[in-house]
Amino acid sequence: MTVHLDARPPTVEARAQARAPRVRFSRFDMKYSPYLYVAPFFVLFGIFGLYPLVYTFWVSLHDWDLLAVDHEFVGLANYTALMGDTDFWHSVVNTLGIFVLSTVPQMLLALWLANLLNRQLRARTTFRMAVLIPNITSTAAVAIVFSALFGQQFGMFNWMLDLVGLDPIGWKTNRYASWAAIATMVDWRWTGYNALIFLAAMQAIPRDLYESAAIDGARSARQFWSITVPLLKPTIIFAVIISTIGGLQLFTEPRMFHAGTNPIRGGPLRESQTMTMYMFENAFAPHFNFGYGSAVAWLLFALIAIVALINVLLIRKLGGSVTGED
Amino acid sequence: MASSRLFAASRLTYFALIVTGIMSIFPIYWMFVVATRSSDAMGQLPPPVTPGGNFGANVAKLFGNTDAYFLTGLINSAIVAVSVTTSVVFFSTLAGFAFAKLRFRGRNALLVVIVATMMVPTQLGVIPLYMLMTKLNWNDRLPAVIVPALVTGFGVFMMRQYASQAVSNELIEAARMDGCNTARIYWNVVLPALRPAAAVLGLLTFMTTWNDFLWPYAVLNDPENPTVQLSLRALSDGYYTDMSQVFTGTAIATLPLLLVFILFGRQIIGGIMEGAVKA
Repeated sequence: MTVHLDARPPTVEARAQARAPRVRFSRFDMKYSPYLYVAPFFVLFGIFGLYPLVYTFWVSLHDWDLLAVDHEFVGLANYTALMGDTDFWHSVVNTLGIFVLSTVPQMLLALWLANLLNRQLRARTTFRMAVLIPNITSTAAVAIVFSALFGQQFGMFNWMLDLVGLDPIGWKTNRYASWAAIATMVDWRWTGYNALIFLAAMQAIPRDLYESAAIDGARSARQFWSITVPLLKPTIIFAVIISTIGGLQLFTEPRMFHAGTNPIRGGPLRESQTMTMYMFENAFAPHFNFGYGSAVAWLLFALIAIVALINVLLIRKLGGSVTGED
Repeated sequence: MASSRLFAASRLTYFALIVTGIMSIFPIYWMFVVATRSSDAMGQLPPPVTPGGNFGANVAKLFGNTDAYFLTGLINSAIVAVSVTTSVVFFSTLAGFAFAKLRFRGRNALLVVIVATMMVPTQLGVIPLYMLMTKLNWNDRLPAVIVPALVTGFGVFMMRQYASQAVSNELIEAARMDGCNTARIYWNVVLPALRPAAAVLGLLTFMTTWNDFLWPYAVLNDPENPTVQLSLRALSDGYYTDMSQVFTGTAIATLPLLLVFILFGRQIIGGIMEGAVKA
């Protein structure tokens, strides 16, 4: 064991020498560690998010089967086949129908609900929690419950129709009724969530805007449409884009709404088969035709982009703003 | 005053909110009602709306059901949701910190990419993802549903937004003066400051992962190794369907989410609303 007897402080050079690796490390740390921290996201997203999406297009250009060894390049043959595929178009119409039935009432109800929640309320948190509860439940579980509520013979909805003397509705056998039933599930799940998003934006609107409008004699309905809604436009656009992306990919609700044989078809006559379900039916059991399923996926992708764009343009046009800034 | 009148809640406001609240809660309530009744509950008119005393028997039937593998499903879902949540929170706080507080070339461009990924319908990539899992030999196994979910653009963006305002630059500088390297600063200074937002992110991620249906449905085809949502599918697709048993399954699958929500609802609502203003 050696004892360090030199009590003098180390010379400047010695200190610098001791520090040098540390300084170098610190510089390296400052310069490159940020990349290290953001890299996991990009690597994992690249492999499991972006690559599959892009590769879907490549697969869609092939006659690609689960079991086949060779995948013949067929160009756009899958796409041309889809253009003449009545089941595919059926699923496109179903998807759009359910989407319109679910998104339009959902946005209007959410605006109305947000407006209510924006008042000076007692038990404010309780009400907010109550409207958000549908959003946090399990989608598959809720779809099973709604499927029972919409049952033909013993469902609660038909029972209530019967109480007021109306005929029962074939929620699972009538195409449009099944759209309405599925849209109800989607609305039930997302209206409260969107209401909270709108509420957050409403709270950011300065209250003196309303006060001066009130002095000018604008009534509350008019204030809502000419102050609240225009100022909320960016938030509404955001919410609509998000629900377009989610709504056009709808899968779990229509899939779980039907049981029995081949539920992936969304009913015996494909009453409520959405595009994602059609992609699934072709790409996985029973057909395992990856190429055809991939072509459906890319057409759905294109549809999402188009519908999102149309929605944004529509909303920009609707509801002119009184404040003049837009 | 004008504004207090404008924002006053009338009786009608309360009435409308209470009706909305009842409609929001009723399907869940009714799920628990059927779960506590015997199997003929579904064939009764008017439909029963009060709980019965059959819950224990239904639970026993459910866990004894040889098609649903319900217990395996619960355990698997817990494993998947906990791993994914831990990972998402870790990687999101790490990247969020880097984007908010560290300087590096390409930072803004990369952040734009992150935001753009939130708009990408990655669900449409399931076919190549399935092929990839086949190559990795992960089909029917839990890594297939865990690994693709380890990061989310939403999480990174949310943490970045929170870190920009919750972590002061002075604090980071002070830690550097004290000789902390970046990793130490993340662990000792940034992570504690991010805790409230990280908790909300964790709760949201847990709930989303617990609920996930399409991808597990595609890749976990072994009926003996499902997630809980796939057990529910097996239950409801059965040829002979005992609805009180199915509803017991849906109730138990929903219970963890309800518990999380009852305990942390306030924080979850806060997180959703804060995210909305910044987005």
